[in-house]
Amino acid sequence: MSDGKRQRLDKLLGGILQKGKRTIEKLGKNVNKSTLRPQKTEKPPRPRKEAKPGRGKKTEKARRTQKPEKPVRAKKPEKAVRAKKPKRPGRGGQGLLAVARDGLIYQNPTLVQLLGMCPTLAISTSLKNGVGMGLAATAVLLGSNIMISLLRKFIPQKVRIAAYIVIIAGFVTVIDMLMGAYLPELSKSLGVYIPLIVVNCIILARAEAFASSNNVLRSAFDGLFMGLGFTVALIALSSVREILGSGSIFGIDIATGVFPPALMIVLPPGGFLVLGFLIALMQKLLGKREGN
Amino acid sequence: MIAEFFTISLTAILIENYIFVKFLGICPFLGVSKRTDTALGMGLAVVFTMTLSSAITWLLYNYVLLPLNIAYLKTIAFILVIAALVQFIELFLKKTVPALYKALGIYLPLITTNCAVLGSALLIIQKDYGFFPGLVFGFSSAVGFMLALILFSFVRQRIEDTDILPAFRGLPITLIAAALLSMAFMGFQGLKLPF
Repeated sequence: MSDGKRQRLDKLLGGILQKGKRTIEKLGKNVNKSTLRPQKTEKPPRPRKEAKPGRGKKTEKARRTQKPEKPVRAKKPEKAVRAKKPKRPGRGGQGLLAVARDGLIYQNPTLVQLLGMCPTLAISTSLKNGVGMGLAATAVLLGSNIMISLLRKFIPQKVRIAAYIVIIAGFVTVIDMLMGAYLPELSKSLGVYIPLIVVNCIILARAEAFASSNNVLRSAFDGLFMGLGFTVALIALSSVREILGSGSIFGIDIATGVFPPALMIVLPPGGFLVLGFLIALMQKLLGKREGN
Repeated sequence: MIAEFFTISLTAILIENYIFVKFLGICPFLGVSKRTDTALGMGLAVVFTMTLSSAITWLLYNYVLLPLNIAYLKTIAFILVIAALVQFIELFLKKTVPALYKALGIYLPLITTNCAVLGSALLIIQKDYGFFPGLVFGFSSAVGFMLALILFSFVRQRIEDTDILPAFRGLPITLIAAALLSMAFMGFQGLKLPF
């Protein structure tokens, strides 16, 4: 076949790829509304890509050799390309980056997915507690995601939730005891909320939606950044509450003579109030409109 | 004895309400408080499970974990007991009281990950309650949870009908409404109980 023909074909293919990429990006934005679905829709292409990296190339080669020979059937493979291909190159290089970005911002577990509200509200009375809780949950999430990802082929489908809970509870116990030994003060002020990390929906949700179908590296990354996303949300919430409520930050007084602290903000109603405003801000920034 | 139970019960329901003061069980609270009937169903399911789980976890802790010197495993043991208990209650109700099962059916599995249930099991241990005070505490906490759920479902139905700034639609306005209701519950903090 002539070079001109091939060039034209490549151009056409590139155009289709671009279009497909854009529609997928759009789709991704729309899907943001539901909490777990985006991961599920993204899930299938990822493991396939990693399991058989050679496959994409092979089909591309096959296509190239096929198309020029049978120009009549050229349309068919192109359709298949549009459905599958854009996802592959799009995620290839920046897969881990996308995971990190999702965890920190677009799929922020607290502010966007609205998971794990109990510890968020309960312990965000001071920045120290917020950071402590966030890092404890991050450690558990990292551990459980790695463990579940390693065991994902051995855990029977039917008892997976129970298995996940036992793994998570094991890590939580470890963290609980470590904190009790090395950070007794923090452990005391977080109290019953440390063992309650077990039932924090974020951790089970990541286990089910991500770690159970991704390789170890990706799962570790996802656990780390989801945990950091949780920590960031906690820092935002608890610093606002500590500054407004007790007029200090990290226990250092900053309000004397500037403004009188409003005790209500560190009391339970303030937790609901500040979190409400923070989530509203996030919805505004992400342009997310959740109808009734 | 009666006075002590009364104090524990009133404290758990009003002064240390699980939702508005202690922030336990917020996920189901936000999830099912949209309508009064679902709130009632979830509330009843929680009352049922929490009372039973309080009793069982207390017995497990004091007669199995403590004598064996493995009290540090309590989190794992409790969550397993609660998960098994929820399954068992589901099967039991299905066989014996199908009507109740139908009413509670979809809410039961959700309870496993309800932090209020595990929370009350842990709090009973932390507060060093005896068996019966623990039982009363578990039951009353669940009643307080149900009360909060039902009260809030009334508020939410009103919210549904109002016009709200787009950014505040959905969860933010719900949380702000919860803040107002929580302020009302702060009023009970001043209650002076005899025990």
